[in-house]
Amino acid sequence: MEVDTVFFTDHSGRVNSNPLLDQLPSYQSLLYRRKSSTAGPKRKGSSKARRSSSGSGKWAVNTVNRNEEKQKTLTLQRPIRELAKSMAEKRRNKTQCLENDQGLSSWRQWKQNTGRHLRRLRDDAQEWLSYLQLWRGDIHLIEGMFGTGILSYFSFLRFLVMLNLIIFVLVFSFVMLPIIIAPHAGGNITYNQNDGSNCSVYPSSARRGLVNFHEHITDLLSGGGFLEQTYLFYGYYKADKIHFPWTTYNLPLAYLLATVAYLFLSLVWIVKRSATGFKRNLIQDEDRFQSFCNKIFAGWDFCITNENAARLKRSSLLYELKTDLEEERIKQKIADRTRKQKCRIYLIRFILNLFVIGVLAACFYSIYIATIFSQEAQMSTVKVNFIVDLIFEYLPSIVITMANFITPLLFSFIINFEDYSPAFEIRFTLMRCVFMRLTSIGVLLFSLWSQITNCEKGSCVCGYNDKLYSCWETRVGQEMYKLTIFDFIIIIAVTIFVEFPRKLIVNYCDCGLAKWWGQQEFSIPQNVLEIVYGQTICWIGTFYCPVLPAICTIKYFFIFYVKKVSLIKNCRPSTRPFRASSSNFFFLGVLLIGLLLACVPVTVSVAQINSSRACGPFVNYTTSWEVLPSTVSKLPQGIKGLLFALASEAFAVSFFVITCLAMFYVIALAGAHKRVINQLREQLVMEGRDKRFLIQKLCQAQKISAIRSPVSKSQPRTSRSSPSYHTSFSNNFDEAVFLAHSPPDSSTHV
Amino acid sequence: MGNKQTIFTDEQLDAYQDCTFFTRKEILRLHGRYHELAPHLVPMDYTKEPDCKVPLALIVNMPELKENPFRNRIVESFSEDGMGNLSFNEFVDMFSVLSETAPRELKAIYAFKIYDFNVDNYLCKEDLEKTLNRLTKEELTPEEVVLVCEKTIEEADLDGDNKLSFADFENMILRAPDFLSTFHIRI
Repeated sequence: MEVDTVFFTDHSGRVNSNPLLDQLPSYQSLLYRRKSSTAGPKRKGSSKARRSSSGSGKWAVNTVNRNEEKQKTLTLQRPIRELAKSMAEKRRNKTQCLENDQGLSSWRQWKQNTGRHLRRLRDDAQEWLSYLQLWRGDIHLIEGMFGTGILSYFSFLRFLVMLNLIIFVLVFSFVMLPIIIAPHAGGNITYNQNDGSNCSVYPSSARRGLVNFHEHITDLLSGGGFLEQTYLFYGYYKADKIHFPWTTYNLPLAYLLATVAYLFLSLVWIVKRSATGFKRNLIQDEDRFQSFCNKIFAGWDFCITNENAARLKRSSLLYELKTDLEEERIKQKIADRTRKQKCRIYLIRFILNLFVIGVLAACFYSIYIATIFSQEAQMSTVKVNFIVDLIFEYLPSIVITMANFITPLLFSFIINFEDYSPAFEIRFTLMRCVFMRLTSIGVLLFSLWSQITNCEKGSCVCGYNDKLYSCWETRVGQEMYKLTIFDFIIIIAVTIFVEFPRKLIVNYCDCGLAKWWGQQEFSIPQNVLEIVYGQTICWIGTFYCPVLPAICTIKYFFIFYVKKVSLIKNCRPSTRPFRASSSNFFFLGVLLIGLLLACVPVTVSVAQINSSRACGPFVNYTTSWEVLPSTVSKLPQGIKGLLFALASEAFAVSFFVITCLAMFYVIALAGAHKRVINQLREQLVMEGRDKRFLIQKLCQAQKISAIRSPVSKSQPRTSRSSPSYHTSFSNNFDEAVFLAHSPPDSSTHV
Repeated sequence: MGNKQTIFTDEQLDAYQDCTFFTRKEILRLHGRYHELAPHLVPMDYTKEPDCKVPLALIVNMPELKENPFRNRIVESFSEDGMGNLSFNEFVDMFSVLSETAPRELKAIYAFKIYDFNVDNYLCKEDLEKTLNRLTKEELTPEEVVLVCEKTIEEADLDGDNKLSFADFENMILRAPDFLSTFHIRI
């Protein structure tokens, strides 16, 4: 059977169609696109037959043959497994290909063979690499149980584990490794001089004498005591230069460049990972574009193997469709709003936004107060008792966590009054929560810095308060360390002490409280915000606490298992569905915002605030940034000139102007393409209508001429083998072609 | 471990590797799964290319397909006799098209076949209604079903004939962002 077997599984299928349509060049090219070259000879035979019978059809058949040649070469180059044919035909193709290859020159044969072997090698390598992927089995299990929306959260978590690991390897190899191997490799470390001047006194904070066990715990949890003068914190890296036999290693420069490098590496990796999602989101011009089609045809997760998950997916799909229908209704309602209603709505929104700003300001102020109180409590020598001291140390973290717990509830309550469309409501609430979470870290740092640069007698001699903060970077590092530890403790504590009891209560107790509270929902946006918050802390804190990425790697490693257990045992996935496609973009977008927000404090502290005189690698420089200009000034003249030219204003301004021009050009191009696409779409519709109109007219004309000449009836019909695309077709084109049935009104196919 | 030699010849495995998106190990694993479905029907030795087909009822009970609302249509689209009885070639073909590495265009072709319930090479309103009902287990009201089908056709129909031909469907599905990630089965 020469017709495309892919389409015709059922041989009894019939279509009311017009044989004229079969001759159209567009239909012919569609057929050839589905066939491989081995069917070519047979097709040539049939087209020859047609050519002999139709004079008028000659031009069509010529284009058909030309198309056929083009398609033949195209399909030859496509790998066999991408063709939509049954297995038996594919294997026949393969043997035919091999036979054809025997006829080729030995060079071509060798090329084809090596191509085949390389392809197979690449497939095997990819399979082997995929076995090395972390948590492959767990993620497979989660995908089967909960679908791709939640899966994207866990693969995001895996990405963060890898990112932190790479950052730690980077920082370790450039900052810690030289110091560690210096004694073994014959290196000679020159330390920064403690010249005893005003600002360079750094009292040791190690505890003397008998130490209580709970003081060890306090030290471990707060990064003080025995942990302070270790590799963990900035203050330990006192080395200035390491003189190896073959070179001199400038540690301050390496420290600074490693910081810049890890920020840059994170940026590049995130952007690369989000590139596909971003492109797709840009191409869909309206956010409602194809939403129904996407849900119906690409909505069901074929990966789901679990009955519960299937039920959930069904209800979430149902929810999505109902939401979309409601969105349509609401859009209609919004369009019908009167002016008076609009004014009222805008007034309500304005008041509620003021309220939100007020809530945010209150939270930020409380974080500021808590930080100052905590710093003063740590400085004072009066220790109350173990637990209270710990609470005072962790006070900023506690306040931040509480604020981050209350504000999302508040925001999702407020948004109900603002009368937006459901999709926009979700996004807006999320934006507010993101802003709250990430800015709270900034406020903490700002309040820390205000403490550090606040001296009793007005402006500070050393640029910072050296009596209280002889090594302020270590102090900032300790705060970041505490935030990380506390975040980790809270996540585990909430899972154990809130979710488990909730599940027990809801399952076994039949009271009103259980019904109102309901089962825990795994809310993806809130969970993502949690881990982005942790990652932002890591990015800011790595400068002050170089081992922090390793701690975060371990933290995220355990969080994966905690969340997995929590998901499987406690929660049901949220009925508010989270699409996998948009979620990747959302996760990486929020992460990018976190990265950009993390760059700000690091930049300010490197460039603005004076580095400590008593500790750390930048003792001999005013600010941490200064090490770079001083190194550049020692370089040979040529490179120095080049670097100065690159950093000059002329270069910067012209670079900026060129970038703006390029961006403008690309935006204009995209707009033009969109317009062209719209025009082509309209043209397609018009052409389809033209075609149908012409065919109707033609059929009417044929009917009339057939009625007028009843002699040319009942010609033997050589029907094609499969009736789906063609109806009976006569080889005699001289007489008018009969139609077995009148053409229906809408019978077009491409 | 030396089992591989006795199920398929090396040439057969090569052919399978070239014609599908699976590696040798995966093909052998697939054969194991196929054999599990009907141990008395499926021989262990495939070197002579035996002609046996596993009936539809056994295939749709596989754990990978059990919860899928379109399982019958999927199996029917890949069977040559249209009744859903799959030989091993068709079985492998089915999972190859539904694997992660299959390209979009190939998946689009078979997706069209799956959603075309009355096999007339168009996705008409009845096909869409059946699809929707299978997806939501008939929990939408009839008016909502009609509305959703109308909106779908409105979004995707390019040539204005009120049903979706393959060109319309292909054009739409290749741009649907979730298609590639949802239209795959892991085995």
